[in-house]
Amino acid sequence: MNKPVTLSQNGTTRRDLVVGASLVGGALLVGCSPTDILNLGAKKIDFGAFGPFIKIGADGAVTVISKHIEFGQGTHAGLAAIVAEELDADWSRVLVEQSPANTKVYQNLLFGAQGTGGSTAIANSWMQLRQAGASARAMFVQAASSKWRVPAAEITVKDSVVSHASGKSASFADLLKDAAKVAPPTAPTLKDPKTFTLIGTQKVRRKDSLAKSTGTAIYTQDIHMPGMLTAMVAHAPRFGAKVASYDDTEAKKVKGVVKIFKIATGVAVVAENTWAAKQGRDALKVTWDESKAEKRSTPEIAQSYAKIASARSDGTPFEARGDATTAFGGPLHTATFDFPYLAHASMEPMNCVAQVDGQKVKLTYGCQGPTMDQVNVAKAIGVLPGAIEIETLTTGGSFGRRATVDGDYVVECARIAKKIGGFTPVKLVWTREDDMLGGHYRPMVHHNLAIKVGVDGYPAAWRHTVVTQSIMKGSPMPQGKFEAAAVEGVLGSPYLKAASVVDGQVILAESPVSVLWWRSVGGTHTALVMEHTIDQLAAKAGKDPVDYRRALYTKADAKRHLAVMDLATQKAGWGKPLPAGTARGIAVHESFGSVVAQVAEVSIIDGVPRVGRVVCAVDCGIAIAPDQIAAQMEGAVTYGLSAALFGEITLKDGLVQQHNFDTYRVLRQNEAPTVETYIVPSGANPSGIGEPGTPPIAPAVANALLALTGKPTTSLPFVKA
Amino acid sequence: MSIALEVNGKTLQVEAAPDTPLLWVLRDELKMTGSKFGCGIAQCGACTVHADGQPIRSCSTPIEALAGVKITTIEGLNGDHPLQAAWVKHDVPQCGYCQSGQIMAAAALLAEKPHPTDADINAAMSGNICRCGAYQRIRAAIKDAAASKSA
Repeated sequence: MNKPVTLSQNGTTRRDLVVGASLVGGALLVGCSPTDILNLGAKKIDFGAFGPFIKIGADGAVTVISKHIEFGQGTHAGLAAIVAEELDADWSRVLVEQSPANTKVYQNLLFGAQGTGGSTAIANSWMQLRQAGASARAMFVQAASSKWRVPAAEITVKDSVVSHASGKSASFADLLKDAAKVAPPTAPTLKDPKTFTLIGTQKVRRKDSLAKSTGTAIYTQDIHMPGMLTAMVAHAPRFGAKVASYDDTEAKKVKGVVKIFKIATGVAVVAENTWAAKQGRDALKVTWDESKAEKRSTPEIAQSYAKIASARSDGTPFEARGDATTAFGGPLHTATFDFPYLAHASMEPMNCVAQVDGQKVKLTYGCQGPTMDQVNVAKAIGVLPGAIEIETLTTGGSFGRRATVDGDYVVECARIAKKIGGFTPVKLVWTREDDMLGGHYRPMVHHNLAIKVGVDGYPAAWRHTVVTQSIMKGSPMPQGKFEAAAVEGVLGSPYLKAASVVDGQVILAESPVSVLWWRSVGGTHTALVMEHTIDQLAAKAGKDPVDYRRALYTKADAKRHLAVMDLATQKAGWGKPLPAGTARGIAVHESFGSVVAQVAEVSIIDGVPRVGRVVCAVDCGIAIAPDQIAAQMEGAVTYGLSAALFGEITLKDGLVQQHNFDTYRVLRQNEAPTVETYIVPSGANPSGIGEPGTPPIAPAVANALLALTGKPTTSLPFVKA
Repeated sequence: MSIALEVNGKTLQVEAAPDTPLLWVLRDELKMTGSKFGCGIAQCGACTVHADGQPIRSCSTPIEALAGVKITTIEGLNGDHPLQAAWVKHDVPQCGYCQSGQIMAAAALLAEKPHPTDADINAAMSGNICRCGAYQRIRAAIKDAAASKSA
């Protein structure tokens, strides 16, 4: 499949060029950067005087161009605030616009490709957008300086107004033409963060709340274009199955059905509208070739993981320190943990609009990974990746689901649109069932721990085995020596730093069930394993869990962990009495460059854990949009708690048992906790916020339940169906 | 066949089979896309509209059941409902996809109970899923709108 890229000697491309996914991080042609190859066929972007990230209108209104998708995480507000701060723009007149797809101009500086994920949007844009804002500001200052014949150093800018002590003043609109002629400075002076007036304040609010409260925000699902057709696909009920044959006699009779044909992922029904497409699709009779399909059931897979972990014969070390041959003698603290497949279950099921006419391709949808999708679509339908135009819309959540390594639903849509041809818009609609049965799950994971506790009561030797499927396999991301995504949160843990012997291994299992990153990736399981183990060790040592952690953090010099733990426990009233039947649990976890501590107050009602109050303390570097940081903590706690309490995708003879929200239970209003967020002041560059709030909630609840019942948690979800 | 529907105060003729769910008539035929498709089985509430003032799941209500019924969608609130102002004030939406349904459910609640208790909010709003977890802001915004309405 993955033919290498071939370029003719003069650097022009062959028409049949196929880009291998390995190109993103791997081997490249001499004289050609990865970016150049990924961007092959791209149109030159004609941006204005203020560069690719800022447009200023004749009325002086500032539009910030976001290279990152906004799907709820509030990144558009944060990115715009960075520009507005350095530009000294009037925040009330700052707008945000989504950038087109362009791997060269709009790449994520931490990925080398355009894409949003890993809680990197703010972190990778921080200096880039500060410089863009400062540069535009300098251009206005220079224009005023020339016009007024006063030194630039004497000019001030506030709320999009440029002023001089002499009383002269002009708006951005007044100075726009002159400023646009000034050469942008190569190294604009950035503000001292201590002088920020917008960043870090409650003034930084979302720009999209009104549109999203009036039904006027446009999602992929809402796209209507003249002549547009709607497609649905009959997918295999078992992962790894393929179409053997199909009978479309009944489907063809459905009014509005236009075309039915086989594609790589199933049988597509193309119709005049959504309801006709669904009725047509449901009337298809498909026979599947299941010779290579997954036919196991969840308990069987879980048992095989446990067996693999115990045998430990095929592991790859992720950390090996000290002499493991002698360190694990005598009594050990042992534990195993099992985690299920999880669906992302974003509110908007997967969908995409594609138009194809030969080499001309346009995609309109909630695109999380433009470069990956361009490469995958290019491979699938034989066009140049950069030539694929993508209009990115906001989307009804993602939590990682819309960034797939295989192109998934996007490729499916492009294949259908190619077959239809003529640049006819084709909207692929997945139902909730398609979405929930469509794989790309957080993988099943098994952890096996054996810990030698020292005479002081703290871990002296730590043996840790993780068995799971690979998320990264087949992805264009750097693969590394081991599956880092499976062990992040174990690797780098201050508890491991405090131990003198560490023997960590990761073992990868195979299955046709597709797996993917899911909000906070490795932290979705490693945080529970580490934090719940620490509480059990603290209990064995007869120590308070906070005191126990404090000793380990001090030993590991984990200052940020100490700071968030102290803030969270202080605000939560750690140690103060609670009503009978309620207990507190704490967890602290570092992910995506940020550290979050959570204290959960938990009781048990009718056998189900009930989480009332959650206190979060977060260190995410310089806090740009404090209210959106709080919103992300609220959301991450809810998302993580939903999965911890109820989330599980199970297989029976290979068939997914959860099809919709009636069987895939999620947290609802009557079960939602009250979340309080406190931010540790920091002068460090901003780090992630979309994901780091998710990992700590499950262990915080598990630790509260341990305090309440004395019973340790060994698997999730807490509430089994 | 042609069916008359009364949507947001206007009588509209639509061409659709009688068993077509209202949601798809609103979205595909009338191009009123504020009401969202989330589950198709009345489990998530993203498609919530009012039928004679009562919240219904338009994804599971065939149009043949709606003759002579006054339907109100998010578009029918005209952007000036106190709940919408409260939603903006509290920056309730994250991805925003569920919010039309949340607001329609809340609007029906306030119409019946101008000063809802927490228990009233739980009872009226627990049929509406928000995967971003905006629940506590939704609750705060409902209380805020209730207070502003009486002020």
